[in-house]
Amino acid sequence: MKKTRVATVWLDGCSGCHMSFLDMDERILEIAPKIELVYSPLVDNKEFPEDVDVTIVEGAVSSEEDLHKIQKIRARTKILVALGDCAVTSNVPGMRNPFDTQAVLARAYLENAQENQHVPTDVIPPLLKRVRPINEVVKVDVFVPGCPPSADAIFFVVSELLEGRLPDLSERVKFG
Amino acid sequence: MMLEALRKIAEEHRAAHPPTAKTLKVCVAAGCVSCQSDQVKKALEAAAKKGGADSPIIVKGVGCLGLCAQGPLVISEPGATLYRQVKPEDAAELAAATKHEPVKRLVAPANQVFYSRQQRIVTENFDRIDPEKIEDYIAADGYLALLTTLTTRSPAQTIDELIKSGLRGRGGGGYPTGLKWSTVAKASGSEKYIICNADEGDPGAFMDRSVLESDPHRILEGMALAGYAVGAQRGYIYVRAEYPIAVKRLKLAISQAEKMKLLGPSIGGSSFQFTIEVRLGAGAFVCGEETALIASIEGKRGTPRPRPPFPAESGLWGKPTLINNVETFANIATILRNGGDWYAGFGTEKSRGTKVFALAGRINNTGLIEVPMGITLREIIYDIGGGIPGGRRFKAVQTGGPSGGCIPEQFLDMPVEYESLAKVGSIMGSGGMIVMDETSCMVDVAKFFMEFCKSESCGKCVPCRVGTAQMYDLLCKISEGRATLDDLALLEDLCDTVKHTSLCGLGQTAPNPVLSTLRFFRHEYLAHIEEQRCPAGVCKMCIPQEIHR
Amino acid sequence: MSTPSRVITLTLDDREVGAHTDQTILEVARENGIVIPTLCHLEGLLPIGACRICLVEVVGSNKLLPACATKVTDGMRVITQSERLTRYRRRVVEFLFASGNHICAVCVSNHHCELQDMAVYTGMSHLTEPYRYPKLRVDASHERFVQDDNRCILCQRCVRVCAEIEGAHTWDVMGRGIEARVITDLNQPWGESDTCTSCSKCVQVCPTGALSIKGMAAAEMKKRKHFLAQYWTLKEEES
Ligand SMILES: Cc1cc2nc3c(=O)[nH]c(=O)nc-3n(C[C@H](O)[C@H](O)[C@H](O)COP(=O)(O)O)c2cc1C
Ligand code: SF4
Ligand code: SF4
Ligand code: SF4
Ligand code: FES
Repeated sequence: MKKTRVATVWLDGCSGCHMSFLDMDERILEIAPKIELVYSPLVDNKEFPEDVDVTIVEGAVSSEEDLHKIQKIRARTKILVALGDCAVTSNVPGMRNPFDTQAVLARAYLENAQENQHVPTDVIPPLLKRVRPINEVVKVDVFVPGCPPSADAIFFVVSELLEGRLPDLSERVKFG
Repeated sequence: MMLEALRKIAEEHRAAHPPTAKTLKVCVAAGCVSCQSDQVKKALEAAAKKGGADSPIIVKGVGCLGLCAQGPLVISEPGATLYRQVKPEDAAELAAATKHEPVKRLVAPANQVFYSRQQRIVTENFDRIDPEKIEDYIAADGYLALLTTLTTRSPAQTIDELIKSGLRGRGGGGYPTGLKWSTVAKASGSEKYIICNADEGDPGAFMDRSVLESDPHRILEGMALAGYAVGAQRGYIYVRAEYPIAVKRLKLAISQAEKMKLLGPSIGGSSFQFTIEVRLGAGAFVCGEETALIASIEGKRGTPRPRPPFPAESGLWGKPTLINNVETFANIATILRNGGDWYAGFGTEKSRGTKVFALAGRINNTGLIEVPMGITLREIIYDIGGGIPGGRRFKAVQTGGPSGGCIPEQFLDMPVEYESLAKVGSIMGSGGMIVMDETSCMVDVAKFFMEFCKSESCGKCVPCRVGTAQMYDLLCKISEGRATLDDLALLEDLCDTVKHTSLCGLGQTAPNPVLSTLRFFRHEYLAHIEEQRCPAGVCKMCIPQEIHR
Repeated sequence: MSTPSRVITLTLDDREVGAHTDQTILEVARENGIVIPTLCHLEGLLPIGACRICLVEVVGSNKLLPACATKVTDGMRVITQSERLTRYRRRVVEFLFASGNHICAVCVSNHHCELQDMAVYTGMSHLTEPYRYPKLRVDASHERFVQDDNRCILCQRCVRVCAEIEGAHTWDVMGRGIEARVITDLNQPWGESDTCTSCSKCVQVCPTGALSIKGMAAAEMKKRKHFLAQYWTLKEEES
């Protein structure tokens, strides 16, 4: 049987969703043989590959880099899964949205900096005016809210996708 | 006052002002006052005095003369010569001209059709009486309907007459007035109220304002008759504070009527008593909604509440309350004077009588008109309105303001009736009529009305509070060429939700301008979305700026 | 004026039930174990029909009617669940999430919030409309309580409980449309309010984390059960 090509991506999030993914514990062993993990923060791979069957995205779209990344991912992915509140609602990263980007940078790098007060220009990518949930930028096929989503929910989603079904989460909605 | 005394005043007043007397009538309604018609009136009075006692000229203020954009307007009698854009400096010349030929350079261009195609019932006194003189109103058969009804008709017969007339509410909804009156009459309880809704808040509308400023006693008489018919002893007129002239004239009219015992205890020698108070609104559009208006009179925040119960059952202070629009009340006295059958002779089967409209937008004769129901839009726009200026092409006519819709060219020959307007996605509304030509962008029009609804939403219910803001943002996105077809689909979805789930009429009708422009001018939306182009050249396109640093 | 209550029959989703004419559709539904979701309504406070979550279809009426504020009538036929109602209810919940700043993960009411519950109830897994991200105020001037406009859904339960039960009328609504906010006194900081008796009723009836007790960490703010909308109390008793 051909393995399902799966990628996981970490945009603006805390990695908690990836942790929760790992919390599936021994059930990962059930899934592992059926998938080929082609890209992930968990594996070392620089360029996002072509022809991915399922991409699971954690985090919101906050920077220019995130924006380019998610657009490329969308173009190369059959089924895009928004995993966790940051990806679905923009969540904590989105807390800066009511404020001006400059004001946010100033608060972080000038007002609250003990030393070396300056706004970095080359280490961090340019920020978007607004942090966006993924579906405000590209089409999303499956939404798995939760902060983080439970390992059970993730297992359900992945299992369904591997069976070739779009998971119906309407009974399992959970925010926060 | 008894009927006999009333008749006597009328006769004396008519004798003192015969139609043959040389008279200069100056419009003293808001439109003309705003371009100094009061100065013109003063100058004319001075000029008349100079003329001497051998050839007396009567100078009087009258109500709105219709062609508001060309004011100050003056009519010279006999002969009914209409002068426009009169300045105080012209006074001597006009006074002198009463003996000779009219002053040519000031005569308004032949507006025969403007007047001849109209049918005056509500506005019948506008060019006849001085709104600040009760005798003028009485001389025009004012208060006759009240005093004769009190002595010759029972309340039930009064309502029957109204049912026969087929009059429907002019506040927008078109609810049958006779039916509403009989519901309130049947409601149990001895304490009932009459409310006149004079909150007129549609952008560009000034029908009610003109009636209040031009013929305030007509409203008082209509309300008193309503009080008699439904068994109420107190009435309130809820006027927006932005209408100071109307407020002043209403208060004056009330005190005049009270002095003559046409309001107050035992009117016309009967056991019927009725008093009227003026209440000021702070200009929130939503306070025109009946339950919000009632809350506002009660001293609460002016927000609507769910209906049922309707005010007819539980209104002001929880008592049965009859609430009607200014124009509705303005029809009552004439109907009861001439009979319901007479009134039903005007208009069409389901829309009887006349309707007052405020004509505005891209049209030659802007102003106030009263037309029989059933007249076609084409007659209003091209005959009465004199067509589109600059030889430009007609595009649509907007009726019903923020709750209404845009009617395209193919329906110009449609009769103006409640049902026919609804069929093409608009409403009769309270009487705003805005004409648009090829230089108007329909997305921009929809955006304008949505912005109005968004800022006038009271914020009580979720769909209107949030939905109007979301729809407005989507319309901005479309008009700036930043939207996708998904955005358009979302807009339509939100229209559906807000229309069907909002608490009051404001939210329920807020999507109408969008829905109606989408229905007839979808191609304009698509041009903005797919080609980043505004066909009318109104909207400025704006490239999105996602990144900021 | 008020006619005495009569006993009548009506149908709720094809079930014939008996009721009194002074009852609302919601009361009769709950008596008969039929679930109609509610947000702004709270038993014991005057209904205002503001959130529109409880809208039902009534055969013969061209308008959807709020179950919490509509009295039953004889022979009335009510439909409490339909594809259309579900769609509208979900949209209302979306509107509430879009118009505030609901960061559940860091909210004091996380997992004990009636708005969250409504998202679950209506199956709202994400928003299909843009978030507005308004800039809103947090008032922590009161010694014991915190008000956070970011989480307020303008249900006016605080306004009503304060005016109708406590009799203090500290709360009211200011502003129109999307700018409307609840305020204390004449928009003074809560901590400086002359009328507030610090009874905490508003905090307990608030369905979200908009009003909370000071010093709570995320997910710690549990409102007292008997103050919750009745459906959710029932739900909690079941589990
Ligand atoms: C948002 C809103 C604003 C309204 N404004 C007015 C108004 O300014 N004047 C008016 O007469 N009716 C207005 N109405 C209609 C009134 O609620 C009410 O139906 C009307 O006054 C009844 O009078 P009628 O039967 O004579 O038409 C408004 C309704 C809504 C929903
Ligand atoms: S529809 Fe709009 S104006 Fe009417 S109650 Fe709702 S928020 Fe207020
Ligand atoms: S109030 Fe409810 S929905 Fe809003 S952030 Fe808090 S838990 Fe989430
Ligand atoms: S503070 Fe709480 S109770 Fe008050 S209106 Fe907002 S959500 Fe409702
Ligand atoms: S409208 Fe009924 S619960 Fe809010």
